[in-house]
Amino acid sequence: MTSVSDAPPAFNGRAIAAIYRFEMARTLRTPLQSVVSPVLSTSLYFVVFGAAIGSRMQEIDGIAYGAFIVPGLIMLTLLTQSIANASFAIYFPKFTGTIYELLSAPVAWWEVVLGYVGAAATKSVVLGLIILLTATFFVPLRIEHPFWMLLFLVLTAVTFSLFGVIIGIWADGFERLQVVPLLVVTPLAFLGGSFYSIDMLPPLWRTVALFNPVVYLISGFRWSFFGVADVGVGVSLGMTLAFLLVCIVATGWIFRTGYRLKN
Amino acid sequence: MPAMSPIISVSGLSKTYASGFQALKTVDLEIRQGEIFALLGPNGAGKTTLISIICGLVNPSTGTVKADGHDIVTDYRAARAKIGLVPQELTTDAFETVRATVSFSRGLFGKRKDPDLVERVLKDLSLWDKRDTQIRRLSGGMKRRVMIAKALAHEPRILFLDEPTAGVDVELRQDMWQLVRRLRESGVTIILTTHYIEEAEEMADRVGVISKGEIILVEDKTELMRKLGRKQLTLSLQAPLAALPESLAGYDLILAAGGDEIVFTYDTKAERTGITALLQALGEAGIRFRDLNTSQSSLEDIFVSLVRGRS
Repeated sequence: MTSVSDAPPAFNGRAIAAIYRFEMARTLRTPLQSVVSPVLSTSLYFVVFGAAIGSRMQEIDGIAYGAFIVPGLIMLTLLTQSIANASFAIYFPKFTGTIYELLSAPVAWWEVVLGYVGAAATKSVVLGLIILLTATFFVPLRIEHPFWMLLFLVLTAVTFSLFGVIIGIWADGFERLQVVPLLVVTPLAFLGGSFYSIDMLPPLWRTVALFNPVVYLISGFRWSFFGVADVGVGVSLGMTLAFLLVCIVATGWIFRTGYRLKN
Repeated sequence: MPAMSPIISVSGLSKTYASGFQALKTVDLEIRQGEIFALLGPNGAGKTTLISIICGLVNPSTGTVKADGHDIVTDYRAARAKIGLVPQELTTDAFETVRATVSFSRGLFGKRKDPDLVERVLKDLSLWDKRDTQIRRLSGGMKRRVMIAKALAHEPRILFLDEPTAGVDVELRQDMWQLVRRLRESGVTIILTTHYIEEAEEMADRVGVISKGEIILVEDKTELMRKLGRKQLTLSLQAPLAALPESLAGYDLILAAGGDEIVFTYDTKAERTGITALLQALGEAGIRFRDLNTSQSSLEDIFVSLVRGRS
């Protein structure tokens, strides 16, 4: 009965595009919450720590404090927004039940993930760039390695969007959806050197800080701006890619086994 | 009817949930190409689990399913591309417009954009006027139509309707049956679940009865209707009988109620029911009765006795 024209595509690009467009449309419906609010709250840091307090702070590694905190703050927003966007995007269909359509469609798990992660990462990167632009109004900035800056921006956005997908599937309530971003990621980001160089810490705490994965993200990202880093840029890149790999493997396992989705 | 390979074949399918609840025992079922198949069963019988496995929403514990020859696990893209699903619950994206959500469904199934087709589907479902309305502003019945439109957006060859008329008004029900008939005429196979017997009776070509995770009967509806056509005549006797006399051996009789009643089963659609002859024979045998009544077993009775018989 099967005719040739019935043969399904081996790659369902239209589904990825459909999910991506759906998610972007959702963002554009809520510009205040999606764009204005994170940009405004990050800008407050520039005003308070950059323009106001920053002028009374010492330079760090020869960089004005106001400028020093910019990469860390962008990372902070990137992490929280990527996780929030992606986890909500996947949790909400589970919550309302519309996920039935994704599960019954001829799409591979990685195509679904690509659609959601692509959209969440796009939003985060756009936000990061808007915040960067906003920062230039308050503090003098230079970017020594623009290519690396973008690479870290995209890699981090993708990695943490994937992490968000995992949280969104794992979460079985709105509280759980918030727990990891609020209780784990935000502290790690604050303690990961957003506001200081970990070289400023006593030796013991510096060693402890090296177990914080966010340290590597911020360090690498800051290096792309100022050419100085807490840890080698190669190590930063390696750690980012390693975390990306862990998230890919975990997401694959989730969809293959149907964990919290199909049982 | 020429022998055709079944459009859906389910073999040895079972499902035990993590909680230990066995929703499906061992299910074997074949759905014929182009038919309307009604899966009939009480709540919790396993109807939705069965459909959910076929459509990819739930992983089976054991067994295989083929849709149009494609295994739903190893060849899921081909299998799912053929299938449209309208689930029981009203689940829609509240903030999307009707047209956007139907187009989204088409894209999700890997089909090229086709505004004409979307327009046709929306018009068929009386949704065209609402095409740019956000779904949250629609009534429950309209939302149900949207879900059907979504399921039809990729031109499926097999359509699953899970409890399509639960909580649906009369008008929508009529519209829905018209649509189902039209779809069948265009060659779409339709599987619907229901716990309303009249619905199965009105719509289906074949009826499958599921109870406690097992398919306990699959039959042509006409065959079921023939069984339905059987009536029983109960005669209450003036004096109990120990046994039926030899002269009545030619009749389909049962001695019931400890010999106080004779139950005669006959076919109302037969040319001769045999009632007159029976009454005459009873008179000749000297059996007198004080009361008589007739009863017809409905599909409901058949269903209830089937389901009870298994418990």
